Amino acid sequence: MASQAEEIAEAARVRRNWLLSAPALTVLALGALGPLMVVLIYSFLEPGDYSGVRWNFSLDGWFQIFFQRDIFDDTVGLADAHLRIFWRSVKLSLLTTLTTFVFGFPTAWFIATQPRGRRALWLFLITIPFWTNLLIRTFAIMEVIRNQGLLNSALMALGLIEQPLQIMYTDTAVLIGMTYVYLPLMVLPLYASIDRFDFTLIEAAYDLYASRWRVLRRIVLPIVKPGIIAGSILVFVPSLGAYVTPRVLGGGKNMMIGNFIDLQFGQGRNWPLGSALSMLLLLIVGAALLAYVRVSNREGPHG
Amino acid sequence: MKKLIQTTAILALMGSAAAADGALNIYNWGNYTNPDLIKKFEDTYNVKVTITDYDSNTTALTKIEAGGHGFDIVVPTHSYIPIYVEKGLLMKAGIPEMENYKNIAPEWKDVVWDPAREYSVPWQWGTTGVAVNTTVYKGDVNTAAIFMDPPEELIGKVNVVPEMQDVMSMALMYVGGEPCTTDKAKLKEARDALLAAKPKWMSMDYGMTEKMSNNDVMASVNWNGSTFRIRKNNPDVVYGYPKEGYVVWMDNAAILKDAANVDNAKLFINFIMDPENAAMISSFARYANGISGSEAYMPEDMKTAPEIVVPDELKSAGRFNLSCSDEAQSYYTAIWTELQK
Amino acid sequence: MAKRKDFSVTRLPGFATIALTAFVALYLPIVTLVVYSFNGSETVAIWGGFSLRWYGIAWDNTQVQEATLRSLIIAASAAGIATTVATMAALATTRTGRFKGETLIYVMINQPLMVPEIVTAVALLIVFAAVKVATGYTGLGYLILAHAAFCIPFAYLPIRARLEGMDLSLEIAASDLYATPWQTFRRVTLPLMMPGVIAGAMLAFVISLDDVIITEFVKSAGQDTLPTYMLGQLRRAVTPEVNAISTALLGLTVLMLTAFFILTRTRD
Repeated sequence: MASQAEEIAEAARVRRNWLLSAPALTVLALGALGPLMVVLIYSFLEPGDYSGVRWNFSLDGWFQIFFQRDIFDDTVGLADAHLRIFWRSVKLSLLTTLTTFVFGFPTAWFIATQPRGRRALWLFLITIPFWTNLLIRTFAIMEVIRNQGLLNSALMALGLIEQPLQIMYTDTAVLIGMTYVYLPLMVLPLYASIDRFDFTLIEAAYDLYASRWRVLRRIVLPIVKPGIIAGSILVFVPSLGAYVTPRVLGGGKNMMIGNFIDLQFGQGRNWPLGSALSMLLLLIVGAALLAYVRVSNREGPHG
Repeated sequence: MKKLIQTTAILALMGSAAAADGALNIYNWGNYTNPDLIKKFEDTYNVKVTITDYDSNTTALTKIEAGGHGFDIVVPTHSYIPIYVEKGLLMKAGIPEMENYKNIAPEWKDVVWDPAREYSVPWQWGTTGVAVNTTVYKGDVNTAAIFMDPPEELIGKVNVVPEMQDVMSMALMYVGGEPCTTDKAKLKEARDALLAAKPKWMSMDYGMTEKMSNNDVMASVNWNGSTFRIRKNNPDVVYGYPKEGYVVWMDNAAILKDAANVDNAKLFINFIMDPENAAMISSFARYANGISGSEAYMPEDMKTAPEIVVPDELKSAGRFNLSCSDEAQSYYTAIWTELQK
Repeated sequence: MAKRKDFSVTRLPGFATIALTAFVALYLPIVTLVVYSFNGSETVAIWGGFSLRWYGIAWDNTQVQEATLRSLIIAASAAGIATTVATMAALATTRTGRFKGETLIYVMINQPLMVPEIVTAVALLIVFAAVKVATGYTGLGYLILAHAAFCIPFAYLPIRARLEGMDLSLEIAASDLYATPWQTFRRVTLPLMMPGVIAGAMLAFVISLDDVIITEFVKSAGQDTLPTYMLGQLRRAVTPEVNAISTALLGLTVLMLTAFFILTRTRD
């Protein structure tokens, strides 16, 4: 009999959880997921005249991701241009995640260890620069790093360099820009997880003569891990599809996936290829997230 | 504060305002519409005008084709007019019967993209050529070699605007081909030349008005009106019309088929064909307008500007880019992708 | 918590230096932005002497003012909705033990992160345009809905990070003392999770303020936001007017925050 009661309680719990999630899922279904089905369908159609699609079934969109027909001799080869764009995006996104963490973790730690009343102030200080929108912030970064900009002028005035450093229009510029843009996405989740940290634990550990490294690895890391993961997802995934920063700071000579997909929906007039590319991206990232959830669930108590 | 309240009130009314009497919704390129022109129109006809911006022809076309946008007037580049017409998005508004139709300059009346001006009227026209800083490079600027085969002095200092259609066409003409060609030999030649030139470029970016004014960039594929503004800030910069071939374009105002405020839209179309008003358009964005008689009202500095007045010997090198066939377009995209990988 | 300053285990070596460097780096571009708003020249990048010219122009330009106000309205509404629903979802998907479909919910919630904006933008354009034609309603609702949707993961992840591993004992104690579930939530859970909720709400607000491409495709006539207004200028020339507006907004923010902190301080 007891097991039946348990089953009822279990069913009630599942129902409660789904009910609590329902509003979020509804908003998402109406404002993101549902409409995306259109893109899925488009990836299996032919490109239309000038824009849009023609309603004939075709696998060309998917085919073109991996292979290209050489326009001059009609041979079919691997689409190395696409692969290179993919690789550059992944590389830059990983680097961005890393640099935001390197700066973000100490920053979040610093904020979380401030006296309680002052923490909100520091948090706001992190977000205030982001109240000005992305485009203008990116332009402001450009003012700092361009050849006649603040940084180069200062270095030259100090006599450290004679020629301005060409930072603008390089991958470094994109990395600086993306690190700047995505920093709060790393700091805030990290802060949220460090802030609930019981610092007496560290003191206890120190009291037991644990080395600093051991404290960090055995006590700090496990507790802030959810924050690190949340921050990394928030930085890595959107930077994969970043558009504005590479366009403004990268000088547009080398595309990232976001720009490439944008080209297909714009001047390229190849919506099916753009759709197929985005669906592929969705699949890859979705699979990675699924794998992460599976692993983290297996790793022990979930709460 | 009063202003803020006023704005809030306007905002609150939005959505319904689109259908209200005395309204007009214009969908135009950003930073392209003279606010004084709009104010004059509002005062003359007692119509509330709302401007909404776009940043590319493709975005505008995609949005208008999708429907439900609420716009009355759009200002596409000439090569897009036939696409709009073919998709049935524009209204035949009886433009030739309008009072000010007579003001359209003869050469802009019967145009390939809109014979007899059934759908659209001139907004502004210009050319895509090259802008060069003469302190760095002192040679001939009337050539596409500035970016297709940059001279020593300009290596690593040249920008190419990421405008696929213009750049591809200029590259094709540079190697002796035709824009929108499907001749593979010429396409291959153009591609190879572009790929060979790319390492010598600094960037493929917009915003040259600033970057050339402050010497961040020393040469660029650029529009004439933008170059005019650069020269005002930085007198060392000159505009070149590549003799191998450069691109001429015109943006045209047209009324949308599903416009809600047709009468006001017609009033506006007629309004901008008035020479004095056309000159207001030009004095803001610094391009010529295609309305005869507007010269009299043009700002003094534009009347003789070398960026605006095409030299006679280079007139024949100018080419209107029409919309390419799908086949030609797929070549363009393939080459463009290869260029940016 | 540890407040013994003499024994500073909470201050890991070098952390404060890195943090302060990060703050300086964050504000450096903002300072240039503010300085250039007082630029007398025609474009952003050339210094033409100190002038309030662009403030005057921005003050007269109703288009840019409306765009700014619209950005704020959309961001506040979208962040409000996103944070509320994300909090509920986070409560459902953490600390309750695994349940069937939990992984699915998690992936669905994070979906907006996974595709480049342009794709969602095109999809929304096609669907919303059909709805606009069918219903005749072209108001701000579409933009708010779209923004709320892509803000959800940004609100959800910090809240979830806060909740994960948050001690259940206080809540159990509360219910042992016959508090109703609502009382427990209101008096115990919510205050404990508040830093996560605030972090999430701030992220959602900022993300909504930043959005360009989805807004560009979803907006109807007369619905430019500050970012789409700027996007339109990108190809030609960006005027210092936008710097002026942003500086004014920053000033307003700082004023509001100062007021907020003074008020909360006196209450202590």
